[in-house]
Amino acid sequence: MSTILTLVELTHQGEVSASARGLLAAAASLGTPVAVVATPTPLSEDAISQLGALGATGIYQAVGAEAATVLGTPSVEALAGAVAALAPQAVLAANSVDGREIAARLAVRVGGALLADAVSLRTDGGQIVAEHSVFGGSYAVESTVEGGLAVITIRQGAIEGNAPAATPDVTTVELSGSGAGARIDAVNDAPVTSSRPELRAAKTVVSGGRGLGSKENFVLVEQLADALGAAVGASRAAVDAGFVPQTAQVGQTGVSVSPQLYIALGISGAIQHRAGMQTAKTIVAINKDGDSPIFDVADFGIVGDVFTVVPQLIEALGARAR
Amino acid sequence: MKIAVLIKQVPDTADERTLDPETGWLNRDAGDNIVDEINERALEVALQVKDKDKSTEIVVLAMGPDEASKAIRKALSMGADSGVHVLDDSLAGADAVRTAAVLAAALKGIGADVIVAGNESTDGRGGVVPAMVAEHLGLPLVGALSVIELSGGKVSGERQGEAGTLTVSAVLPAVVTVTERTAEARFPNFKGILTAKRKPVNTVSVADLGVQDPAARAVLVAHSPRPARVAGKKILDDGTAGTLLADYLIENRLV
Repeated sequence: MSTILTLVELTHQGEVSASARGLLAAAASLGTPVAVVATPTPLSEDAISQLGALGATGIYQAVGAEAATVLGTPSVEALAGAVAALAPQAVLAANSVDGREIAARLAVRVGGALLADAVSLRTDGGQIVAEHSVFGGSYAVESTVEGGLAVITIRQGAIEGNAPAATPDVTTVELSGSGAGARIDAVNDAPVTSSRPELRAAKTVVSGGRGLGSKENFVLVEQLADALGAAVGASRAAVDAGFVPQTAQVGQTGVSVSPQLYIALGISGAIQHRAGMQTAKTIVAINKDGDSPIFDVADFGIVGDVFTVVPQLIEALGARAR
Repeated sequence: MKIAVLIKQVPDTADERTLDPETGWLNRDAGDNIVDEINERALEVALQVKDKDKSTEIVVLAMGPDEASKAIRKALSMGADSGVHVLDDSLAGADAVRTAAVLAAALKGIGADVIVAGNESTDGRGGVVPAMVAEHLGLPLVGALSVIELSGGKVSGERQGEAGTLTVSAVLPAVVTVTERTAEARFPNFKGILTAKRKPVNTVSVADLGVQDPAARAVLVAHSPRPARVAGKKILDDGTAGTLLADYLIENRLV
């Protein structure tokens, strides 16, 4: 079977990023998955067995201090080294802030081409075909690479399932310490750690918009989210008004989500917001204005006041649970 | 300091955006085509440097059909000094790798100290072209900055990551991309609109740039519109809507 390289991103504490599961699952559906990582110190036994449990049959680690101090390019070097050593059929990376920049540089360095933001992958006649969801899910587009290596970024949360567990062979090389890269001067963790599910991967998302009126009132969105075990999202209007941090923004310029259930509270549903959520299985909308465009895509719409409907909903759900 | 700003003409996100049913490429006739908002923010970064130091020279670079010259004129009316338009019919449908090769060749001719771009366009959303350009030019990429400081032969800023932010920097020359958390772009003023007509725009072809086609390319193999969502039940709250919604969610096994 052909080798499929997957770029494993590490947190600055050296932990394997959450994107590794989906990438290795996608790689296992195409060939033999090998995890590639740039790391300041050799991977811990824990990290190695974790990658094995996620399906890596091999690990190619490039070790050097610059993996912690130089942005992106150590991972490009690690991947380019693994491409030369293992002649893979494809390289997969997460469509994350880091992943796509690394994938892009790699595609140029190794003379490959890039397929961006794939939501699924399959093999057709020996070729890898990527499916993309374009314009907020208005179109399905399929693409492939001709004439060189396929470098593919994969939308986070799009690939479900797990690769079969393996016991990885570990190859260790040293980073060269050269190459153009920006310096990482400091790492500032996000201040909030939440017990709620991550927005991209959540099965249910509850989002709030301008209709919530204030940061204090936005708590209502969080209360419903917690009642449903959901992630919290927001429209750009709510983010711009300072109700929630920008990381919660769903839409054209924020995160795209495709949950089983999406509940929009006080969101009018501008086309830019719909582009980030209209691929949800079921959409529920509650808004005062019955003419809001959000109702055009809602499976269940309620014209009403979120401050009376939502507490009643939480109460009713609680009563059923009892 | 010489600053090159990459701009792209895209369909207005406030309009319905479509793909051409024949080619699967972007349909440019479906609605208004405008300078991508993120590129206007990239230009604003450059203009703020120029506000402080009048000797700063700003060149905007766009690749696209005839109509993209309008996007260049808009940037000139906002305050850029000159434009370069890569115009070549053979570039229709070019993938990211080819686009980056062409832009990098044009940038070699411009010779900027820093290249500023948006982190991702609103149409393709790939977010890969600036990194590819950086690789072609052998430059550091300082990507996804929400706060940016350009001075003293150096760029530094806050990079917005998935789990938090990084403080990053690079010595110039470098490629920089900004996110939509950077300053909102200014509007062109009357003087800017008048003077924009007299500012130079250099139109170049692929042959002028002497750029070779990359061997590998991304190829579109299929495309189809997804059926539009159909509006479902819509009720007016008569005081029981919350309970009815709870019933709906439970019946459909959504909770």
